[in-house]
Amino acid sequence: MKNVKAAMNKDRREFIKKVLRGSIAGSLFLVLPMGSEGTIQVPEQIPGIRGKKYDMEKQRFAFIVDITRCIGCGSCCVADKREYDVPDGHYRTWVERYIKDFDDNVYVDCPNGGLDGYQKPRTDIPGKIRDTFFVPKLCNMCERPSCVQVCPVGATFRTPDGFVLVDKDYCVGCAYCIQACPYSARFLNPKTKTADKCTWCYHRVRKGLLPVCVHVCPAKARKFGDLNDPESEVSQILASPDVITVLKPEMGNHPALYYKGLRREVV
Amino acid sequence: MTEAAVHTGMAANIMNYVFPNDLHVHWSLMIVLYPYITGIIAGAFIVSSLYHVFKVQDLKPVSRYSLLFALAFLACATWPLLNHLGHPERNWEMLVTPNPSSAMAGFGYIYSLYAVLLIFEVLFIYRPTMVALKAQATGKMKTLYNILTFGSDDLSPRSLALDKKIIGFLAAIGIPMACILHGYVGFIFGAVKARPLWSSPLMPVIFLLSASVSGIAGVIFSYVLIQKFKGRPVDSKCVITLSKFLWGAFIICFTFEMLEVFQHSYLKTHHWDMIHGLLWGPLKTSYWKLQVGVCSLIPLFLLGILILFKVRDKAFVFFATIASALLLVQVLLMRWNVVIGGQLMSRSSRGFTTFHPEFFEKEGILPAILIMTAPLVILWLLGKIVPMWEDKGVLTSTEPTTGHK
Repeated sequence: MKNVKAAMNKDRREFIKKVLRGSIAGSLFLVLPMGSEGTIQVPEQIPGIRGKKYDMEKQRFAFIVDITRCIGCGSCCVADKREYDVPDGHYRTWVERYIKDFDDNVYVDCPNGGLDGYQKPRTDIPGKIRDTFFVPKLCNMCERPSCVQVCPVGATFRTPDGFVLVDKDYCVGCAYCIQACPYSARFLNPKTKTADKCTWCYHRVRKGLLPVCVHVCPAKARKFGDLNDPESEVSQILASPDVITVLKPEMGNHPALYYKGLRREVV
Repeated sequence: MTEAAVHTGMAANIMNYVFPNDLHVHWSLMIVLYPYITGIIAGAFIVSSLYHVFKVQDLKPVSRYSLLFALAFLACATWPLLNHLGHPERNWEMLVTPNPSSAMAGFGYIYSLYAVLLIFEVLFIYRPTMVALKAQATGKMKTLYNILTFGSDDLSPRSLALDKKIIGFLAAIGIPMACILHGYVGFIFGAVKARPLWSSPLMPVIFLLSASVSGIAGVIFSYVLIQKFKGRPVDSKCVITLSKFLWGAFIICFTFEMLEVFQHSYLKTHHWDMIHGLLWGPLKTSYWKLQVGVCSLIPLFLLGILILFKVRDKAFVFFATIASALLLVQVLLMRWNVVIGGQLMSRSSRGFTTFHPEFFEKEGILPAILIMTAPLVILWLLGKIVPMWEDKGVLTSTEPTTGHK
């Protein structure tokens, strides 16, 4: 009997040892890199980028915001903040709410950059409301960018495919670009102490993915694509008879961010 | 709201809306001090050049002092900038890889050139004095004088004549350099088209003129104060002549400052609503009451009365010193109102942000006080190395030849 018990105890010990070894070995699979082939492949969102050498000169990207579609949900702002870990109080993109009364008074607000969505109507408007709409804002990716012109060290630059980017390892943090941007799209990132702004998700675009705000927009108010591709949605919108305009054209910056259905009240 | 009811068909911007990224004022006290300090440098240099180039003999008592005054402030001109930068350790990039299209990239070069010029001007003017001091000095001070005199003890008439030529040349090119230095600082602001208060071709002119005002006022104020403190007589003729230059410079400066506002108010472009809102809103006290009222009109009339009417020398010096002090504050307020005011207007054209500097923050009031005190300490140290004033006991060579007149 004793022998049987001893044999069982020995088996138990062996069993526990094997289980422990197995779980340690198994957990290693979670820690060790698996190689990119094993991960989920997100389907291509911008056609013609994956699977070939990227030619910067061949692309001309444009961004279109459709004012008539934006519902002010703030999903774009949330996605953007998560994508870039944007510090509180600073905004790479934001959504403004415009309210117009019958006396042509314009009331604009943008609490927390529209990050929480516009869930409740404004109650402080005395007159009868004629119209209300939302205006998403982001970097205008100007063809003649003031920020690039004034940067004293060339840390902010424009790529041949039309992206205005900041090299945070070279930026001195003088904030001259922040003063120069007519659209107030820039801020000084308190973590890096360098200039920061929307990049139209260049890292995603180079992988054939749409900017994250475009991707998450439930109303399809944000559109992005290559103007050199006549089949792209942006090419077709710009070729349509819709009212298309840019912000502050008098600044002479020639933005690549277009607005469909923009009202004259929007600055 | 009653006003809104009688609108004229134009969309009225009646609610305060500031772009989310415009809530923070990025250029704060340090950038207020930066043009203030460079202005004082340029202005003080002009005082010295009035004597060395334009032979205004009355200014002889302050001809050397004004140079040291400029040098002391020059030593600290980059401090507010370095304190402001997010990455001050990268400042060398501006010199190594400047972006030629940037209005800011040239500052390092212009400032450095001007610094070299000013240092050499001081060294040549003081060379005979320092040679004499070297003979009396021992130890470390002797080595210092030896370096500062380029190891040359040659005080022969030929050598002094050459010195004089060099001094005249440096002072002469120093005038356009001083104008470039400060006109350029004005252009850094004037070149920002996104800020309606800044983007004006008048901006460099106003900055340059106010630089002259602050420099001359600084020299008068500190000269009188030091003399009184040391119990030495004040050269009233010198103060009277300086005051005349100060009055002239300020009349033109103030005219341009008012012209700028008048132009905006008369053109009534879409910017005017915002500029009007700014000047009669957040800037009402600092602009209309303090800058224009107390610190412009009072010294303008005070100096006018002193210069146009017969006033006893003692009273002249007293009131001219008060006018100078007010003008020093006027220029500081002007820098504040331009630099901060320009950023208070949101580019939404619909509202104003606020700005209240903290005392202890990195770019706060305490660092500002320290940076403004530093030039005075440096001036005192410079005074330990070379005499600030014309000393009859020490050999001088820099008097302009009377035959020139």
